[in-house]
Amino acid sequence: MIKYFLDFEKPIEELESKIEELKRLSNGKDINISEEVVKLEKKAKALRSEIFSNLSPWQKTLLARHPDRPYTIDYIHRITSDFIELHGDRRFADDKAIVGGVAKLKNVPVIIVGHQKGRGTKERIIRNFGQPHPEGYRKALRIMKLAEKFNVPVITLIDTPGAYPGVGAEERGQAEAIAVNLMQMSRLRVPIISIVIGEGGSGGALALGISDRLFMLEHSVYSVISPEGCAAILWKKDGNLDAKDFSKAADTLKLTAQDLLKFHIIDDVIPEPLGGAHRDIEKTSKNISARILESLRDLETKSADTLIDERYERLKRISSCSEHS
Amino acid sequence: MAWFKKGKPVKADKKVKIPEGSWVKCNNCKEIIYRQELDKNVKVCPKCNYHFRISAMERLALLVDDQSFHELDVDLVSNDPLKFKDKKPYKERLEENREKSGLREASVSGEATIHGHQVVVVVLDFSFMGGSMGSVVGEKILRAAELALETKKPFITVASSGGARMQEGIFSLMQMARVSAVIAKLRDNGILYISILADPTFGGVTASFAMLGDIIIGEPRSLVGFAGPRVIEQTIKKQLPEDFQRSEFLLDHGLIDKIVDRKELKKTVAQLIELLT
Repeated sequence: MIKYFLDFEKPIEELESKIEELKRLSNGKDINISEEVVKLEKKAKALRSEIFSNLSPWQKTLLARHPDRPYTIDYIHRITSDFIELHGDRRFADDKAIVGGVAKLKNVPVIIVGHQKGRGTKERIIRNFGQPHPEGYRKALRIMKLAEKFNVPVITLIDTPGAYPGVGAEERGQAEAIAVNLMQMSRLRVPIISIVIGEGGSGGALALGISDRLFMLEHSVYSVISPEGCAAILWKKDGNLDAKDFSKAADTLKLTAQDLLKFHIIDDVIPEPLGGAHRDIEKTSKNISARILESLRDLETKSADTLIDERYERLKRISSCSEHS
Repeated sequence: MAWFKKGKPVKADKKVKIPEGSWVKCNNCKEIIYRQELDKNVKVCPKCNYHFRISAMERLALLVDDQSFHELDVDLVSNDPLKFKDKKPYKERLEENREKSGLREASVSGEATIHGHQVVVVVLDFSFMGGSMGSVVGEKILRAAELALETKKPFITVASSGGARMQEGIFSLMQMARVSAVIAKLRDNGILYISILADPTFGGVTASFAMLGDIIIGEPRSLVGFAGPRVIEQTIKKQLPEDFQRSEFLLDHGLIDKIVDRKELKKTVAQLIELLT
């Protein structure tokens, strides 16, 4: 059920509620307005298609953070079966901003780990708005290490504003936890497939993102800093920033899935249904699982040594500098 | 939480650049120090042991044997992949920083000896765009670490950085992955890696190579963390204690091995190399 509309979704919402209204009116009465409804539905579709094929980077950022957007758990239950969630880092706590566990993907066991934002105020607080503490990253790594032990592939779903900036996080080594994940994931001896499903917020996102295949959903973003953070650094520091500044920063940062594909940083963009992933979770899930299965077929033939060598070479290529005397 | 109330607000040491003139005011104890005395004392306050920030070249002079440093990858420059522009184009900003700092980029890498031990070393320089890590810094670390791996020499880094370089966007973020991946290789191949944390070390630099040393050494009172103190204060809406994110705080929380005075650093590093290689 769609509950929330972003500003640029409003024209669509208006049209859709008009259609609903018409349908309700015609119900049980002998006036025939189905022709009108069909016409309006066609118009709505055209409008959606127009709006969604011309989204600005800032609109994409908002869509990536859409309150109705599917989160990791929504996808886990659709792309896998028999999911058993595993908890805790065995050191400090169970960070609910990250979920992970074992599951079956088309009868193949997999380890699946991802950031989890909450839906509704109460769950958002429990999930800390998808911003992990060090124990979250350590939990993720612990579960991924199980994959290595039992020789099963790892799937990670990325969706976080970033690692949590707080006192406890610093005391317990937020930076170390992220760094260790980057290091260990680069050497994990099983296939890793990562998908940015919403917000790829800097180091906190990357800490689940070292992989053999990296995909992004069509309307997801991935960036070193949020447009808000970038704008605050670049233009004003007094907090008087508005959507125009964020929009400009988002343009500058080149953070959309399409940008990252152009930079050859991701392998491909996974299409979303018209109107965004939240418009049809089933369809989005199907697109995601098709891409995972295809990648796994490709990766499962490789030896562990080949996998980590190729993973390293992939990273090695991501550089934009040259010798210049 | 008594220490919370007592705490003074943490201020990033803003005026850490030593002003010109023959007298210098210490950022910590506010004593007036004769510049020559400060220079002789490796830019450490003789009154309170405050460690002033130093440049990459000054660091190398203190850390490696005289005349032993051979610089690598001098000519690497950023391709400006985003064509980034804020008030001025990124390329222009780079040029300004080159003129200001006399460096080509925010890091200097090379081969050297420390008390006769051959090492590969990378030093970040905060005066070049806040020591931020973009493609060049990442590439230099990657190449230097690969050289250490190939030649089986210890690898040493000195970090001093605000984090990833925003102007190179996703490319900067990905440098965290690259440098961590090469450190993983050192680890798998038994190559000693010593990471030294100078003031300040934050963000993507802390959350990658800087916290991955086999041995991690902090300079006294260096500010080191993931999120900057201002960001944390804005998030938690509380003032932070004075010692928060200082080397001493990190040592207390088990995050670094040692705090070593600048004057003792070379000796300590040499000793570690002797013991571990």
